[in-house]
Amino acid sequence: MITCAEAVRQLWEYLDGVVEEADREKIEEHLSFCRRCCGELDFAEELRRFLAQPDEPDLPADVKARLLATVTELEERA
Amino acid sequence: MSVFPEQGMVRAEQQAADTPSERGSFQVVAARELPRLYRLARRLVGDEAEDAVQDALLKGYRAYASLDDEVAAPAWLTAILVNCCRDRARAKGRRVEETELNEADDFSLYRTIAAEDPFPYSDSLHLDFLHQFGREDVRAVLAELPELYRLPLVLCYCEGYQVKEVAYLLEVPLGTMLARLHRGRKLFERTLWDYAERHGLLKENAKR
Repeated sequence: MITCAEAVRQLWEYLDGVVEEADREKIEEHLSFCRRCCGELDFAEELRRFLAQPDEPDLPADVKARLLATVTELEERA
Repeated sequence: MSVFPEQGMVRAEQQAADTPSERGSFQVVAARELPRLYRLARRLVGDEAEDAVQDALLKGYRAYASLDDEVAAPAWLTAILVNCCRDRARAKGRRVEETELNEADDFSLYRTIAAEDPFPYSDSLHLDFLHQFGREDVRAVLAELPELYRLPLVLCYCEGYQVKEVAYLLEVPLGTMLARLHRGRKLFERTLWDYAERHGLLKENAKR
Protein backbone atom coordinates (compact mmCIF):
# COMPACT_ATOMS: atom_id res chain seq x y z
CA MET A 1 0.00 0.00 0.00
CA ILE A 2 1.46 3.40 -0.89
CA THR A 3 0.82 6.74 0.83
CA CYS A 4 -0.83 9.78 -0.77
CA ALA A 5 2.56 11.52 -0.94
CA GLU A 6 4.06 8.58 -2.84
CA ALA A 7 1.09 8.39 -5.20
CA VAL A 8 1.05 12.12 -5.89
CA ARG A 9 4.80 12.19 -6.53
CA GLN A 10 4.33 9.72 -9.39
CA LEU A 11 1.10 10.99 -10.96
CA TRP A 12 2.71 12.79 -13.90
CA GLU A 13 5.05 9.90 -14.61
CA TYR A 14 1.97 7.70 -14.46
CA LEU A 15 0.25 9.91 -17.06
CA ASP A 16 3.45 10.00 -19.13
CA GLY A 17 3.43 6.20 -19.16
CA VAL A 18 6.95 5.92 -17.72
CA VAL A 19 6.29 4.16 -14.39
CA GLU A 20 7.15 0.49 -13.92
CA GLU A 21 4.26 -1.96 -14.16
CA ALA A 22 4.40 -2.74 -10.42
CA ASP A 23 4.30 0.97 -9.51
CA ARG A 24 1.44 1.56 -11.93
CA GLU A 25 -0.62 -1.09 -10.17
CA LYS A 26 0.13 0.45 -6.77
CA ILE A 27 -0.91 3.90 -7.99
CA GLU A 28 -4.13 2.56 -9.49
CA GLU A 29 -4.93 0.69 -6.31
CA HIS A 30 -4.40 3.88 -4.31
CA LEU A 31 -6.56 5.89 -6.71
CA SER A 32 -9.35 3.32 -6.40
CA PHE A 33 -10.11 4.47 -2.85
CA CYS A 34 -8.45 7.90 -2.39
CA ARG A 35 -10.69 10.74 -3.52
CA ARG A 36 -8.17 13.46 -2.82
CA CYS A 37 -5.54 11.82 -5.03
CA CYS A 38 -8.16 11.43 -7.78
CA GLY A 39 -8.60 15.20 -7.48
CA GLU A 40 -4.83 15.59 -7.86
CA LEU A 41 -4.94 13.33 -10.93
CA ASP A 42 -7.78 15.32 -12.54
CA PHE A 43 -5.88 18.53 -11.90
CA ALA A 44 -2.66 17.07 -13.35
CA GLU A 45 -4.61 16.20 -16.51
CA GLU A 46 -6.08 19.72 -16.65
CA LEU A 47 -2.62 21.21 -16.24
CA ARG A 48 -1.32 19.05 -19.09
CA ARG A 49 -4.15 20.18 -21.38
CA PHE A 50 -3.45 23.75 -20.32
CA LEU A 51 0.22 23.41 -21.35
CA ALA A 52 -0.62 21.68 -24.63
CA GLN A 53 -2.82 24.53 -25.89
CA PRO A 54 -1.71 25.70 -29.33
CA ASP A 55 0.09 28.89 -28.76
CA GLU A 56 2.54 30.24 -31.26
CA PRO A 57 1.55 32.04 -34.46
CA ASP A 58 2.35 30.60 -37.89
CA LEU A 59 5.66 31.30 -39.56
CA PRO A 60 5.44 34.96 -40.71
CA ALA A 61 6.01 35.44 -44.47
CA ASP A 62 8.97 37.80 -44.02
CA VAL A 63 10.74 35.42 -41.63
CA LYS A 64 10.12 32.54 -44.03
CA ALA A 65 11.56 34.52 -46.92
CA ARG A 66 14.70 35.44 -44.96
CA LEU A 67 15.31 31.88 -43.78
CA LEU A 68 14.80 30.44 -47.27
CA ALA A 69 17.17 33.06 -48.65
CA THR A 70 19.83 31.83 -46.19
CA VAL A 71 19.51 28.31 -47.57
CA THR A 72 19.52 29.46 -51.18
CA GLU A 73 22.66 31.46 -50.53
CA LEU A 74 24.36 28.42 -48.97
CA GLU A 75 23.47 26.23 -51.94
CA GLU A 76 24.61 28.83 -54.46
CA ARG A 77 27.92 29.29 -52.67
CA ALA A 78 28.61 25.56 -52.76
CA MET B 1 3.09 15.16 -32.02
CA SER B 2 6.28 13.42 -32.95
CA VAL B 3 8.67 13.78 -35.83
CA PHE B 4 10.29 10.54 -34.86
CA PRO B 5 9.37 7.71 -37.19
CA GLU B 6 7.50 4.85 -35.54
CA GLN B 7 9.88 2.96 -33.24
CA GLY B 8 12.23 5.94 -33.16
CA MET B 9 15.44 6.83 -34.88
CA VAL B 10 16.73 3.29 -35.14
CA ARG B 11 13.87 2.38 -37.40
CA ALA B 12 14.61 5.34 -39.65
CA GLU B 13 18.20 4.21 -39.97
CA GLN B 14 17.02 0.69 -40.72
CA GLN B 15 14.72 1.94 -43.46
CA ALA B 16 17.59 3.91 -44.89
CA ALA B 17 19.64 0.74 -45.16
CA ASP B 18 16.78 -1.27 -46.66
CA THR B 19 15.43 1.16 -49.21
CA PRO B 20 17.84 3.81 -50.35
CA SER B 21 15.73 6.59 -51.80
CA GLU B 22 16.28 9.52 -54.08
CA ARG B 23 17.54 12.42 -51.95
CA GLY B 24 15.85 15.78 -52.06
CA SER B 25 18.10 18.83 -51.81
CA PHE B 26 18.62 20.42 -48.40
CA GLN B 27 16.63 23.37 -49.66
CA VAL B 28 13.56 21.21 -50.28
CA VAL B 29 13.84 19.51 -46.89
CA ALA B 30 14.39 22.82 -45.07
CA ALA B 31 11.47 24.54 -46.80
CA ARG B 32 9.15 21.70 -45.83
CA GLU B 33 10.25 21.70 -42.18
CA LEU B 34 10.49 25.47 -41.63
CA PRO B 35 7.00 26.15 -40.18
CA ARG B 36 7.36 23.38 -37.62
CA LEU B 37 10.93 24.33 -36.70
CA TYR B 38 10.03 27.98 -36.28
CA ARG B 39 7.04 27.17 -34.06
CA LEU B 40 9.21 24.97 -31.86
CA ALA B 41 11.91 27.63 -31.63
CA ARG B 42 9.30 30.23 -30.62
CA ARG B 43 8.31 28.00 -27.74
CA LEU B 44 11.90 27.35 -26.71
CA VAL B 45 13.61 30.73 -27.12
CA GLY B 46 10.81 33.24 -27.85
CA ASP B 47 12.02 36.28 -29.78
CA GLU B 48 15.29 34.60 -30.74
CA ALA B 49 13.43 31.96 -32.75
CA GLU B 50 14.48 33.27 -36.18
CA ASP B 51 18.16 33.38 -35.15
CA ALA B 52 17.96 29.89 -33.64
CA VAL B 53 16.41 28.46 -36.83
CA GLN B 54 19.07 30.20 -38.88
CA ASP B 55 21.80 28.63 -36.70
CA ALA B 56 20.14 25.26 -37.22
CA LEU B 57 19.94 25.69 -41.00
CA LEU B 58 23.64 26.56 -41.19
CA LYS B 59 24.62 23.55 -39.09
CA GLY B 60 22.17 21.31 -40.90
CA TYR B 61 23.42 22.37 -44.31
CA ARG B 62 27.00 21.53 -43.41
CA ALA B 63 26.06 18.11 -42.04
CA TYR B 64 23.38 17.16 -44.57
CA ALA B 65 25.73 14.97 -46.59
CA SER B 66 26.30 12.78 -43.53
CA LEU B 67 22.57 12.12 -43.06
CA ASP B 68 21.85 8.58 -44.23
CA ASP B 69 18.32 9.07 -45.48
CA GLU B 70 15.81 11.85 -45.90
CA VAL B 71 13.22 9.89 -43.86
CA ALA B 72 15.19 10.81 -40.74
CA ALA B 73 15.51 14.49 -41.73
CA PRO B 74 12.66 15.90 -39.58
CA ALA B 75 13.96 14.26 -36.38
CA TRP B 76 17.53 15.10 -37.31
CA LEU B 77 16.76 18.78 -37.94
CA THR B 78 14.73 18.92 -34.74
CA ALA B 79 17.71 17.62 -32.74
CA ILE B 80 19.96 20.24 -34.34
CA LEU B 81 17.45 23.01 -33.64
CA VAL B 82 16.95 21.96 -30.01
CA ASN B 83 20.72 22.09 -29.57
CA CYS B 84 20.90 25.58 -31.05
CA CYS B 85 18.02 26.74 -28.83
CA ARG B 86 19.67 25.25 -25.78
CA ASP B 87 22.94 27.05 -26.55
CA ARG B 88 21.07 30.33 -26.88
CA ALA B 89 19.03 29.81 -23.72
CA ARG B 90 22.16 28.86 -21.79
CA ALA B 91 24.11 31.87 -22.95
CA LYS B 92 21.31 34.10 -21.75
CA GLY B 93 19.95 32.47 -18.66
CA ARG B 94 21.09 32.03 -15.11
CA ARG B 95 22.89 28.74 -14.51
CA VAL B 96 20.98 26.44 -12.21
CA GLU B 97 22.40 23.50 -10.34
CA GLU B 98 20.24 20.40 -10.43
CA THR B 99 20.08 20.22 -6.65
CA GLU B 100 18.90 23.77 -6.14
CA LEU B 101 15.18 23.09 -6.09
CA ASN B 102 14.62 20.84 -3.10
CA GLU B 103 12.38 23.40 -1.52
CA ALA B 104 10.04 23.39 -4.51
CA ASP B 105 9.90 19.59 -4.62
CA ASP B 106 7.14 19.37 -2.04
CA PHE B 107 4.98 22.15 -3.41
CA SER B 108 1.53 21.08 -4.60
CA LEU B 109 -0.46 23.59 -6.61
CA TYR B 110 -3.58 21.47 -6.20
CA ARG B 111 -3.38 21.59 -2.40
CA THR B 112 -2.32 25.24 -2.33
CA ILE B 113 -5.36 26.28 -4.37
CA ALA B 114 -7.66 24.19 -2.14
CA ALA B 115 -6.13 25.61 1.06
CA GLU B 116 -5.98 29.25 -0.04
CA ASP B 117 -9.41 29.09 -1.71
CA PRO B 118 -8.98 32.21 -3.85
CA PHE B 119 -12.52 32.06 -5.31
CA PRO B 120 -14.82 31.23 -2.39
CA TYR B 121 -17.99 31.13 -4.53
CA SER B 122 -16.56 28.81 -7.16
CA ASP B 123 -17.77 25.26 -7.76
CA SER B 124 -14.67 24.49 -9.85
CA LEU B 125 -11.92 26.19 -7.95
CA HIS B 126 -8.96 24.52 -9.67
CA LEU B 127 -10.24 25.07 -13.19
CA ASP B 128 -11.12 28.66 -12.39
CA PHE B 129 -7.56 29.18 -11.23
CA LEU B 130 -6.19 27.97 -14.59
CA HIS B 131 -8.73 30.05 -16.51
CA GLN B 132 -7.25 33.24 -15.05
CA PHE B 133 -4.17 32.74 -17.20
CA GLY B 134 -4.10 34.11 -20.73
CA ARG B 135 -1.61 32.96 -23.37
CA GLU B 136 0.77 35.77 -22.54
CA ASP B 137 0.69 34.80 -18.87
CA VAL B 138 1.54 31.16 -19.60
CA ARG B 139 4.38 32.24 -21.85
CA ALA B 140 5.67 34.59 -19.12
CA VAL B 141 5.50 31.86 -16.47
CA LEU B 142 7.43 29.43 -18.68
CA ALA B 143 9.97 32.14 -19.49
CA GLU B 144 10.66 32.59 -15.76
CA LEU B 145 11.88 29.00 -15.45
CA PRO B 146 15.59 28.22 -15.86
CA GLU B 147 16.46 26.66 -19.22
CA LEU B 148 17.44 23.38 -17.54
CA TYR B 149 13.78 22.81 -16.62
CA ARG B 150 11.95 24.89 -19.21
CA LEU B 151 13.22 23.03 -22.28
CA PRO B 152 12.15 19.54 -21.14
CA LEU B 153 8.74 20.85 -20.00
CA VAL B 154 8.08 22.63 -23.29
CA LEU B 155 9.21 19.67 -25.41
CA CYS B 156 7.25 17.16 -23.38
CA TYR B 157 4.02 18.95 -22.47
CA CYS B 158 3.66 21.80 -24.97
CA GLU B 159 5.05 19.99 -28.01
CA GLY B 160 3.99 16.47 -27.06
CA TYR B 161 7.26 14.58 -27.44
CA GLN B 162 7.66 11.32 -25.53
CA VAL B 163 9.92 11.49 -22.45
CA LYS B 164 12.40 9.16 -24.19
CA GLU B 165 12.52 11.41 -27.23
CA VAL B 166 13.17 14.47 -25.05
CA ALA B 167 16.02 12.65 -23.29
CA TYR B 168 17.45 11.88 -26.73
CA LEU B 169 17.00 15.43 -28.00
CA LEU B 170 18.61 16.97 -24.92
CA GLU B 171 21.30 14.29 -24.78
CA VAL B 172 20.80 13.17 -21.17
CA PRO B 173 20.07 9.73 -19.68
CA LEU B 174 16.39 8.88 -19.15
CA GLY B 175 16.74 8.91 -15.34
CA THR B 176 18.20 12.42 -15.41
CA MET B 177 15.40 13.55 -17.71
CA LEU B 178 12.73 12.13 -15.39
CA ALA B 179 14.28 13.96 -12.43
CA ARG B 180 14.43 17.23 -14.38
CA LEU B 181 10.84 16.89 -15.52
CA HIS B 182 9.73 16.26 -11.94
CA ARG B 183 11.56 19.30 -10.60
CA GLY B 184 10.49 21.34 -13.60
CA ARG B 185 6.80 20.55 -13.01
CA LYS B 186 7.05 21.47 -9.35
CA LEU B 187 8.85 24.68 -10.18
CA PHE B 188 6.24 25.43 -12.86
CA GLU B 189 3.41 24.91 -10.35
CA ARG B 190 5.07 27.18 -7.80
CA THR B 191 5.79 29.83 -10.42
CA LEU B 192 2.16 29.71 -11.62
CA TRP B 193 0.98 30.39 -8.08
CA ASP B 194 3.54 33.14 -7.42
CA TYR B 195 2.74 34.76 -10.77
CA ALA B 196 -1.00 34.70 -10.01
CA GLU B 197 -0.37 36.37 -6.65
CA ARG B 198 1.96 38.99 -8.12
CA HIS B 199 -0.35 39.85 -11.02
CA GLY B 200 -3.60 40.01 -9.08
CA LEU B 201 -5.14 36.95 -10.75
CA LEU B 202 -6.44 35.59 -7.47
CA LYS B 203 -9.40 37.93 -7.18
CA GLU B 204 -12.94 36.92 -8.05
CA ASN B 205 -13.35 39.85 -10.44
CA ALA B 206 -9.98 39.30 -12.16
CA LYS B 207 -11.49 36.52 -14.24
CA ARG B 208 -11.03 37.03 -17.97
